[in-house]
Parts: sequence; structure tokens; C-alpha cells
Amino acid sequence: MERFTTLTGIAAPMPLVNIDTDMIIPKQFLKTIKRSGLGANLFDEMRYFESGHENPEFVLNQEKYRDCQILVTGENFGCGSSREHAPWALMDFGIRCIISASFADIFYNNCFKNGILPLTFSQEIVANLMQDAEKGANARMTIDLETQSVTTSDGERFLFDIDRFRKYCLLNGLDDIGLTLEKIAFIDTFERQSRMERPWV
Amino acid sequence: MPPKTLYDKIWNAHVAHEAVDGTCLLYIDRHLVHEVTSPQAFEGLRIAGRSIRSPDKTIAVPDHNVPTTEGREDPQNMTEDSAIQVAALDKNAREFGIHYYPVTDIRQGIVHIVGPEQGWTLPGMTVVCGDSHTATHGAFGSLAHGIGTSEVEHVLATQTLIQKKSKNMKVEITGKLAPGVTAKDITLSVIQRTGTAGGTGHVIEYCGEAIRDLSMEGRMTVCNMAIEGGARAGLIAPDQKTFAYIKGRPHAPKGAQWEAALAWWKTLYSDEDAIWDKVITMSADDIAPVVTWGTSPEDVLPITDVVPSPHDFEGGKVGAVERSLEYMGLSPGTKLSDIKIDTIFIGSCTNGRIEDLRAAADILRGKKIQSGLRAIVVPGSGLVREQAEHEGLAEIFRQAGFEWRLAGCSMCLAMNPDQLRPGERCAATSNRNFEGRQGRGGRTHLMSPAMAAAAAITGRLTDVREMI
Repeated sequence: MERFTTLTGIAAPMPLVNIDTDMIIPKQFLKTIKRSGLGANLFDEMRYFESGHENPEFVLNQEKYRDCQILVTGENFGCGSSREHAPWALMDFGIRCIISASFADIFYNNCFKNGILPLTFSQEIVANLMQDAEKGANARMTIDLETQSVTTSDGERFLFDIDRFRKYCLLNGLDDIGLTLEKIAFIDTFERQSRMERPWV
Repeated sequence: MPPKTLYDKIWNAHVAHEAVDGTCLLYIDRHLVHEVTSPQAFEGLRIAGRSIRSPDKTIAVPDHNVPTTEGREDPQNMTEDSAIQVAALDKNAREFGIHYYPVTDIRQGIVHIVGPEQGWTLPGMTVVCGDSHTATHGAFGSLAHGIGTSEVEHVLATQTLIQKKSKNMKVEITGKLAPGVTAKDITLSVIQRTGTAGGTGHVIEYCGEAIRDLSMEGRMTVCNMAIEGGARAGLIAPDQKTFAYIKGRPHAPKGAQWEAALAWWKTLYSDEDAIWDKVITMSADDIAPVVTWGTSPEDVLPITDVVPSPHDFEGGKVGAVERSLEYMGLSPGTKLSDIKIDTIFIGSCTNGRIEDLRAAADILRGKKIQSGLRAIVVPGSGLVREQAEHEGLAEIFRQAGFEWRLAGCSMCLAMNPDQLRPGERCAATSNRNFEGRQGRGGRTHLMSPAMAAAAAITGRLTDVREMI
């Protein structure tokens, strides 16, 4: 997994609430057996007309946001389907951080497995960051995972909370499976015991 | 001992390791796998030279891509990418030696219908699948939730998940449901009340008289949509109905093991004085047959109501409602029962079980659907289909003008040939009314099977109580 330490980049505003994973990557793109290449179809039905032409009104089609690496979004981002294709598509497009007042659980989890940092702030702070994002390409936000802070283009700084284990994995780009396999003895023991207690499983 | 919830009890029975910060390795008893969210996980194992730790606890079935019409075992009848995905599951299942129900097997169907039907899902288990509707299995008092593909790979390799414990939420439905009101109306009404994020970070336990009165099929419908309320898992404490449903199923315990299992299952309930982080109580009297009008599963109203106005809402929801009414082609104030439909879809992991087909067939018996409508009924598994044929339900559907299909996810998510065309409006028994969910530009109204059958007869959203 790609590590996440600091990021300075353009943030795009997406104030819509309840952006679901069907919007992030529609079902026709789930038929891939690879993880890569989904960025071209990120937000496909909002981003392109049926003809295949870009919808110029969609935020990521605006020149100033084409290279954005951060999204500031409405609450409950990533609700719905568990598809990990959603963070794969975001990552492939170049998004490394998403800021919202709340995330759906499965999506939130999936982000950490792919080197994307989802950040939760109060509605007021998200509104503040949304305003900063609306300034476009000149407004670059800085995210520092080590110090757990976001700094706006005006130098305003907000601190965020993050699970210690997740932070450690992101900072070091660690693979979960490798970490768990270090604890394999505990799994062996549990399995032996559970075979006695619940032999029908 | 401090009082515990059902969730606490199942959780405690599955912690293989707990770190100082509370991060746990949760042991997984059953891992269900389908073709869409698994190929990258199997590929990851291959690249790392890893094997599957417990192939005997891993069950695979193709459901999302498979066509629901005859001749589907021929890859020519699928799009190329669908055929590749189904073939990949076939190869992975055989190569890694996991339990597998290919499309040619009568037991094939939607993964969340096959699991309980075959007796894989048992009370007190942990069940995961790379699919958010894994919540369905909570109806048996098993802790069941959706996971992403990286976690699928993690479970394949280690038979555990890295987890932190969620909070406990109780949803109690008191009293008895009125005629024409079903499990689907309960689950949609709860989401209307809590919102799609109301359960985020929680495991919901559904309880109360109206829940206890439900059949296992109805309980699965309720738990299935826990995820639509933001909760990763929904639970219902197992009881005699649960045990009766399980007994004799192919993978249910037998003999002395059955007795031992039963003794433990009977301890699986929330203690009287258990502590809840959140409690919602609703009266069954206040639940009517409902439909969705927008593009979020929280956009729910009784069928007797009218399309709301964006100004009825606050905050970010105002813009979302403006957008969804435009997408849905609806104006505020329109009576919901005046909304004309083009298509009826009965099926999905929410409502593709035998009881759902019976409920719809009861309304359709001896009647015809409105001419010009497209109506399909898709049993949730080959065995549900066989039983419905045996009971004469298939004939009722055919006579009424429905197409009688083969098992699969079908029009719930439009990854297969069953899709809505742009602007087409559908009465659907599935679980999501998101933009584009049933096909680009398609307009979905979620409801119960009985309500969908009523809509098929009149050609518009209809109060099923007028027909019973």
C-alpha cells in the first residue's frame, strides 16, 4: 500500500449529501478483475453526458479542479454498496484525502486499505474547508498525518482525530495481511479452542 | 457479570486477539464470496503466494452478473466482461477448493439467499461477504456484515478481520402489523425515521412483538436493509422459529452436535438490563404500506401521502431533494398513488424468497397486469424457484403477465442484462433507489412484494390494502 505522510494539493468542493458508491463508480465498471484503471470512470454518470462528452458543470471537469487530490464533501459520503472499486477509482483519479462530516462505515474502512485518508470534522469546520475549496486552484490545502492537522490556503489550522493503528499503517504503508500473519499463533489457539466449544461451526 | 447485548455475546465469542488500543482480530465462521468483489482478492493471494486458511468455511456463488433467462450457462449470452468475471470465480473456486454453486446447479442463487437456505448461516456465527447486504444473515442472530475486497483477501488468508467494536443500537417495533403491512414496510419506515446515516457506527438489534411475529423470511428482509440505515449489521435474537428453519438443512448440525448447538443458541439474547448506546421505538400501528419517492432509501412515505417539497427539509438535504425530484421526474404535491410506472421487478436478496413470491402471487391470483407494462419476477435461488413452481405460484405470475425468470440479482443492480432504460419508472422490491442503480436514468420506487404486485395490476403506485 502507498504510504500517506503529508499532502499539499487542490481540494474540490462536492457539497451534495449522501454521495453513494453507485455514484462514485457505477455498476458497469465493477466487471473488471483488476484494481487499476477505474479513475477514468470516477463519478461517471455525473461527470459525462450519455453521449460520452464531459458535463462542463461537474466540479472535476472544471479546469481548476482537474488535478485535485482532496475532496471536501457533504455528509454520509460513500454510503451504499461495499464495492472497494470506489476507493480504487478515487485513488486512480488521484484523490488521496476526503473530508466530510461523516462517512459510511464500509467505505471509510476501505479507504484505509488503499492509502486514502478519510477525515471527519464537525459541520462548521467542513463548511469552512468547503469555502476554502471553492477558491479553486490557488487554494492549496495541506494535510499532515503525523501532526494530525489540515491547514487551509489562509493558514488556518484544524486538528483531526484518527485511530492510532490506522495512522500507523498509513504512515508506513503497511499491508494488513502481513501484520495479521504475525499473530497467527493467536488464531491457531482460538481455532483449536473454538473447535472444542463449537464443533458444529 | 455485567449485562450484555446479543452483539456483545457474539463479539466476545470471536475475539482471537485484542491489542491494547482495542483493535481486535475477529474470527470469521463463514465467508461468502461472489464474482464481483472477489477476483482481485484471489489475485492478491496468488501474487503473495498465500493460500486460503479455511476453504471449508468459504462458500462461493455467482449472482450479480448472471443473466436470468434460459441459456445463461453459455458465456455467449453474457457480455464479455461479465463472462470473464464469472469464469474467474469458477476458476478460483475450483483451484482453491472452496464450496461452490455454479449457475448450472439448482442451488445457485443470490448469495444471501443461498447461505441460509443451505444451512451455512447459523446463530451466533460471524458471517462476512464482499457485499453490503450481508446484513441479511443477522436474522439468525449471527453477526453478519459487508466487507471490501482487501478485507475479502484478509479473511481468505487469515480467517479473521481487523475490527473495532461498534456501538449497540436497539430498534424496537411494538404491537402487531395491520393487514397489508409487511417486513419491508418496517425496514423502510425505520430508515425513514433514522436516516441513511442513523445507524452508522452501530450494530442494530431489532426486537419487539412485530419483529418476533415475522417469519424468518420477513426477518431477513428487515436485517437486509440495516445497511441502508447506515448500520453494518442488523441482528434478531434467535428463537424457536429460527431453530425450526435451520433444522434439517444440508449444512445444519445434526444429532448430538445439534443439541449442543441448540443449547448455546438459546443463550443468544440481549440481557434484560443491557445498556444501549441508542434506542429507537416505533409502534407497528404507525407503520403503513410505504414507497420511496426519491433517490435515497430514507426518502420513504406512506402510499397515501404526496411527493414532498425540498422546502420540507433542512441543510444539505434541500439540495439533495431538488436533485432527486428532478432525477425522478416528480413534482411536489403529486399524490404518490398517481405515479404511473413502466416496469415491475419482484426479486433481490431483500425480497426474493418464497414468502415474498407467495405475498405477490396472492395479490395477482386470477388478475392481469396493466397492458404495456414490463413485469419480471426473479426467484432468489433455484430452490426457491422450484418450490414456487411446485406451489403453483409460477403459473399465477405467468397468467398475470409476468416473466418467470431464473435466479440471480437481476434488476436490483443492473450488472446483467436486466436493466431499466433512461426515464423508465420501476416498482421494485429491491433495496436501493440510488441514481442509476437499476440502469442509467432509471427511476426506482422501493416497496414490498405485495405493493409491487398491486402496482402491476393498476399500472401506478397503489395502496395494496385496497386489494385485500
